[in-house]
Amino acid sequence: MAANQGMTLLRKSASDEKPPTVLPGDDGVAKLIDVSKCIGCKACQSACLEWNERHEEVGFNTGSYQNPHDLTAESWTLMRFSEWDNPATGNLEWLIRKDGCMHCADPGCLKACPSPGAIVQYANGIVDFVSEHCIGCGYCIKGCPFNIPRLSPVEQVVHKCSLCSDRVAVGGGPACAKACPTHAISFGTKAEMKTLAGQRITDLKSRGFDQAGLYDPAGVGGTHVMYVLHHADKPEIYAGLPANPHISRLVGVWKGAAKVAGLAAIGAAVVGAFVHHLLAGANRVSKEDEREATHLVEEAD
Amino acid sequence: MVASSLHKDASHDQVVVDRYSGLARINHWITAISLILLALSGMSMFHPSLFFLTGLFGGGQWTRVIHPWFGVVLVFSFAGLFLRFWPANLWRREDSVWMANPADVLSGHDERLPELGRYNAGQKLVFWGMSLLIVGLFTSGITIWDTYFFAYTSIETKRLAVLAHAALAVCAILIWIVHVYAAIWVRGTVRAMVQGSVTGGWAWRHHRKWLREEVAKARPD
Repeated sequence: MAANQGMTLLRKSASDEKPPTVLPGDDGVAKLIDVSKCIGCKACQSACLEWNERHEEVGFNTGSYQNPHDLTAESWTLMRFSEWDNPATGNLEWLIRKDGCMHCADPGCLKACPSPGAIVQYANGIVDFVSEHCIGCGYCIKGCPFNIPRLSPVEQVVHKCSLCSDRVAVGGGPACAKACPTHAISFGTKAEMKTLAGQRITDLKSRGFDQAGLYDPAGVGGTHVMYVLHHADKPEIYAGLPANPHISRLVGVWKGAAKVAGLAAIGAAVVGAFVHHLLAGANRVSKEDEREATHLVEEAD
Repeated sequence: MVASSLHKDASHDQVVVDRYSGLARINHWITAISLILLALSGMSMFHPSLFFLTGLFGGGQWTRVIHPWFGVVLVFSFAGLFLRFWPANLWRREDSVWMANPADVLSGHDERLPELGRYNAGQKLVFWGMSLLIVGLFTSGITIWDTYFFAYTSIETKRLAVLAHAALAVCAILIWIVHVYAAIWVRGTVRAMVQGSVTGGWAWRHHRKWLREEVAKARPD
């Protein structure tokens, strides 16, 4: 999908939808996923496939509601189902988390990408893959702390959730949010979404979920997709949501020090060779060397 | 003289010594070309300022596609060189003496250094260094060749592999620079890999022990 340069909508006629207005210096837009309201209907998955014109293969049942079994280059979002035995209450809790790109403020995918312009971050916080510049190397997969991007074996480019940047560019919200029947997915400015999350957390706490909280991890500079979790102290129970995600140190060294030091070392070696030749001069074979060799050979004959 | 590696070059009034057979030279130049193509395509994906190099290979996608295949060619080609040259690259006592006198080596005072066999210590280090690096580059390269091998390793392993691949590649390029520069600096060396032979004087000056061995082999018993 090409990079969108949409203008920011201020108002929209005959509509209850209030397009998020992001002004310079704002925190940008955000999608808030309220895990406690999700019923696992997968309307968001269907809406995502349909809007983005992706075509998932017909899968197979392995005894889980989770279908497909993992994110793919087609399925950019996935309901992940986990069964958790709450030791405090003895209840078996069925946790459903809508997985997909978190749109990090500090995106590991973008840092790792070697192709100019193949990954862009918009001023509103959306991190988008631009397929025509993607070379299919899969470096973004190594950069991502959430294991989200998937290499398409057909197109040989990498795909992930675009936060429906094409819809947001014209004042809409993401297709998943539009399709969600329980309003578990909301979209707006990040400030609005934090306020909404605060209300939901207060409500959840009043219902006995003492550890309810917002998932907006600081290790990646905050994210533009956030979760309201009823057990925010244990994000791992939601199908392995990382407690403290950050860009791998290996990726940091590779894309930081190694790049600079590598080119510097190569440059220094070339310059060193030139300087050596200037100072030492060519190492030439002398007439005397040739005579000695001829003498040695003739002596042997 | 009997059939041997030694020839008289009457027009120049000097001795000529065969150093590399035709097959060895072909083997070397396939390796050299694939290494240069690997370096150019690899560098283009290593640093954004060098991304323009992908234009040499038909764009970013094609560069990504073809780079590992250059690697496959190099591995097989270098394996041929390895089998050819490893016995001549075993470490000898005089190599340690050579290494201990870097000032004489760098100033080209070969006469102050011990008589050497077919290769000096620097050449041997290039040989073994490249051998180890190519094993490392091939292993790490397979690990990040996502088109075919994505499913076989974890993402954390791939992170380590991609960092190692870049670091090893820089080392290989540094060794390549030393190798090429040495061949240019020591005049009369390049013809060994182009024409297959060197002058007797070159052999006397840089690899006298090897010359003596060749002379001894040529002597009719």
